[in-house]
Amino acid sequence: MAALSIRGLTKRFGSIDVLKGIDLEIESGEFTILVGPSGCGKSTLLNIIAGLEKASAGTVEIGGRVVDDVAPKDRDIAMVFQSYALYPSMTVRRNITFGMECRRVPRREQDATVARVAKLLQIEPLLERRPAQLSGGQRQRVAMGRALVRDPLLFLFDEPLSNLDAKLRVEMRMEIKELHQRIRSTIVYVTHDQIEAMTMASRIAVMHQGDVQQFADPETIYNRPANLFVARFMGSPPMNTLPARIVAENGARGVVVGMGRPDPVRLPLPTAIARDLPAADVVLGIRPECIGEEHRRFGDDPAATLTVTAPVEMIEPMGAETVVVLRLGGERVLGRISPDVRLSPGSSARFALDTRKLCLFDPVTERLIA
Amino acid sequence: MSGAALRAGVPSAGSRIARSRIARSRILIYAALVLLALAFLVPFAVVVLNSLRTNQEIAATSMIGWPRGLAFGNFASAWDGFCMAGHCWGIEPYMLNSLTIVFPATVISTLLGALAGYSIALWRFPGDAWMFGVVTLGIFLPEQMKLIPWVIVLRDLGLFNTLPGLILIHTVQGLSFTTLFCRNYYVSIPPDLLKAARIDGAGFFRIFWRIVLPISPPILVVTVIWQFTGIWNEFLFGVTFTSGAHQPVTAALIALSAAVTTAPQFGVQSAAVLIAALPTLLVYLFGGRYFLRGLTAGAVK
Repeated sequence: MAALSIRGLTKRFGSIDVLKGIDLEIESGEFTILVGPSGCGKSTLLNIIAGLEKASAGTVEIGGRVVDDVAPKDRDIAMVFQSYALYPSMTVRRNITFGMECRRVPRREQDATVARVAKLLQIEPLLERRPAQLSGGQRQRVAMGRALVRDPLLFLFDEPLSNLDAKLRVEMRMEIKELHQRIRSTIVYVTHDQIEAMTMASRIAVMHQGDVQQFADPETIYNRPANLFVARFMGSPPMNTLPARIVAENGARGVVVGMGRPDPVRLPLPTAIARDLPAADVVLGIRPECIGEEHRRFGDDPAATLTVTAPVEMIEPMGAETVVVLRLGGERVLGRISPDVRLSPGSSARFALDTRKLCLFDPVTERLIA
Repeated sequence: MSGAALRAGVPSAGSRIARSRIARSRILIYAALVLLALAFLVPFAVVVLNSLRTNQEIAATSMIGWPRGLAFGNFASAWDGFCMAGHCWGIEPYMLNSLTIVFPATVISTLLGALAGYSIALWRFPGDAWMFGVVTLGIFLPEQMKLIPWVIVLRDLGLFNTLPGLILIHTVQGLSFTTLFCRNYYVSIPPDLLKAARIDGAGFFRIFWRIVLPISPPILVVTVIWQFTGIWNEFLFGVTFTSGAHQPVTAALIALSAAVTTAPQFGVQSAAVLIAALPTLLVYLFGGRYFLRGLTAGAVK
């Protein structure tokens, strides 16, 4: 059964279409992440799911029940906010029990639930403190505790980690993922951070300009982005996208970057996908990790690796790897090489290219074609 | 540069000049402040000094002078012995009138203002901005303009020349200010807090009582002080709508000065003025710093 299904959902603010017809089916137990740049409509969508905002058209079903006219408190949901939204005058315990108090849950049951959740989140020593006396990470945990006591059909997270510093964010990311694996609840999680999306989600909905660009598991999103927006949004650094042309040579099809230049780069295309492609202009997508130092080998098949010479423009040592800016057929691309390889900007070097994971996009529609 | 010079212990010529310039402007500022403070304090000092002098002493010398001894009798007679407007009960009953008016009017107008400010700041309803504009317009309407409407209202309610009548007036008149103060304080409450409470299942009033009111003391102190001093010092409505035994102390003090014109009683009059000013002075002394803090709350995030 779908825990959440959204059909034909639109939202207009005056003359602005914030959401342009969203359709999503989310299975029970799934960890779905809505990711996109600010202003893409993801938070509006979450607020509509929660019932905090009204949709202009379309329906929302939670647990098989249409909830369009149901108040937020009766939707059987719990929400965690970016600002944590803890009630400042109440102790942690009161913050957690407030919802149960509103629903007139008996006192003894409240105490038992708080004890259970506090243990789960390891916030027992904080129960009598006030939010102002807590650190950012502790507040985050209390906010999750407040959601967890409800045991709802659906958890909604609105950028819950955005206000934490980088180190804590990584820790909490793991904790939330662990928590999900333990309690197997259905989560819809909004973030603008594509790393959070990749690391935690069982499925990712990439949003842009009020539309869902792609809704798939992280691996598909990463390796087979549905369009150029997804390709350029996901990954850090993102996928290189460069103008190229499909050509046929000796019966095999390849894709050429820098056609007509003195230094074109020709990449072979797997026959399985290349056979039906016409010779035409395309946009080639290649992930930075598919560009490595000279002696790197990708996969077991030696034919998968192509070695080219390219000028080096700049290097960025990151410690675990070095990001290198180079020119392929005149186009600027990023590669990720071993930190042991010393390259000097301004010189040329040999690079190994992984040709197995190339993506081709239509330059006009920007959609993935192969 | 001057910091380095100071550490070295040998101030350079440049820093010495700069510093003497700063010192000179400091002196000027302090001189101006002391002068202004004196100017503001002189009337108060004259009243305090006269309240401690007997009438004979004031008549024999002048209205301005140091007391020869400390005559506290003026306070006793101002409180419950002095005769004015045909009664010899001092200002005590009028003080009680003022207290009877000021407490309920302050509390009710503050609570209603908080509730109104909360709904305008944190809930969206059709015409909310328009409503806020109309409510705050009340601040800019002159009191005199409202006299006739209030005459009609009090007459129809049968509250003319009664304390409940004045309580009603001050409660309603105060709403513009209390609503504005509270609304401006509440707009800084993050919207997420309200969303969280709505998902938790709290309604309009529960959110107000359990979440908003408990974080309101800074602004409630401000509105209470504002309302208390405003209502206590109010004169126009008191003198227009009440007479005789129902007057608040501000209106009664006029009767006292009318009695004084025939035979000057500056000592008693000064004592009466001081007694009448005491409640607001106390409020200022105990709440003043909250007031200043509250007025700037939100200005610095």
